[in-house]
Formats: sequence, structure tokens, C-alpha cells
Amino acid sequence: MEKVLFGYLALAILLSALFAVYAGNVIRSVLWLLVLFLHQAVLFLTLQAEFLAAVQIIVYAGAVLVLFLFVVYLINLREEVRLPRFLNSYPLAFLAAFGLLVAASIPLWKYQPTLRIGTLTPELILKEGHTQILGLHLFRDYLLAFEIAGVLLLVAVLGAVVLVRRIREGEL
Amino acid sequence: MIPTSWYLELALALFAVGLLGFISRRNVIVMLLSIEIMLNAANIALAALGTTLEDVTGHILVFFVIAVAAAEAAIGLSLVVLLYKRLREVHLDEVKTLKG
Repeated sequence: MEKVLFGYLALAILLSALFAVYAGNVIRSVLWLLVLFLHQAVLFLTLQAEFLAAVQIIVYAGAVLVLFLFVVYLINLREEVRLPRFLNSYPLAFLAAFGLLVAASIPLWKYQPTLRIGTLTPELILKEGHTQILGLHLFRDYLLAFEIAGVLLLVAVLGAVVLVRRIREGEL
Repeated sequence: MIPTSWYLELALALFAVGLLGFISRRNVIVMLLSIEIMLNAANIALAALGTTLEDVTGHILVFFVIAVAAAEAAIGLSLVVLLYKRLREVHLDEVKTLKG
């Protein structure tokens, strides 16, 4: 039962990624990516990571994709559908991606988990909840990284505003 | 219980799809979407390893990757808007100003 669910999720994720890459219309690409993110949230649920599933839907499907859709609507891409979608070196790109797939799949297939750290055992998740464990570790061991991530997001927002503002005569 | 190597293979395949999109498409917006696909592949691998090794670090790293991806999308899309305002063009092979 689990394996059937995983197979469906893997198939849906890979197919929607392929459709997103191949679609001629950019809006279709964005919407296929939405399908991918929703399926990936369920994949996180199969990994007992319910907080990550929620964050995946809220941040990716809710914020990032809406940002993409805004930009797609802002930019006039009416003739986009008729133009060639790929570079001329497209077969080389396909070869590179396929080579990566072949070269890395055999060692990954033989992967065996060795040591277990024990800070996120299934019993602990059942007792305390995934969000609580993550929050405790985030604000205890990774507090500096968390603050830096906050500053990074602030800088990104300010940078986006500064980059696209209208430049008037006489000022930089 | 699903073996971890299945998750890793799925992450690898998803990364390959994102790489293909990034190096073969002409449209900058689709290239940014491909970067998001690659980051999601990394997220799958991190979450799977975090659950298998029972280590909370993997899941926390996924959290940070999502934050960085949001920042990267904001900056990248504002650059796309800037590019369109300058050149009326979002195809990266047409932008040759820096080619020399």
C-alpha cells in the first residue's frame, strides 16, 4: 500500500516536472509546478514530516508560485508560444542530464543507512509532534542560522524593491 | 517501509529534469522554475535522509532551503522584470550585451 502510494507520487512528480519543462506556454509551466509542489507535500507526509508538508504548501504553492504568476502576467509573452522553446544545443543538454542520471543512479541505488543519530525517532514524533521537535532544535541549536535566514529574506525583499523601482531624472 | 534509495533515486531523477530545463530552455522564467525544481529535488533527498538517519538536521536544512528559494525567486524575478523593461525580451540567448 505504501509502495503504491510512493509509486503514484513519484510518477506524478516526475511527469509534472517534465511537463513544466516542456510546456510552450509559461503559465502552463507554472501550473504544472503547482501540481508538483502539492504532490511533494504528500511525499513529505510519507516521510513523517508534517511541518515540512505544511511549509511546502504555504511557501512554495502559496508565495513563490504566486510571485511567478504575477511576473508572467506582468510580461507580455503573447508571441512566446510560436518561438522556439529550446536552445540549439538542446541535444547536448539532454546528453548531460541523462549522463548525470546514469552516473549517479547506481551508487544511490546501493545506499544503505548506517548510523542513526536519534534526535527524530518515530516514537518522539508520535509523542511530541514533528513541529515541536523541529522548533526546539531550530531555536536552540540553529538560532544564528535562523536569524541569518531572516536577514537574508529581508535583504531579498528590499533588493527586489530597489531593483524594479522607477528611476527618475537626476537621481540614481 | 519504503527504502531510502527509492527516495534518493526520485530526487536524482527530479534533479536531472530540472537540470535539463535549466540548460536547454531559452525563457528566463522557465529557467528560474527549473532552479526551483532542482531545489525541490535536494529537499526530497534531505528529508528522506533526515527521516532515515533519525536526524533532525536534515529537516531543518529543508526549512532553510525553502527560505533561500523564496529569496532567490524574489531577486531572480525582479531581475527578469528589469531585463524585460530594458530589452523587451526574456530569452537569454538574445541577451548578448556582456558577450564582449
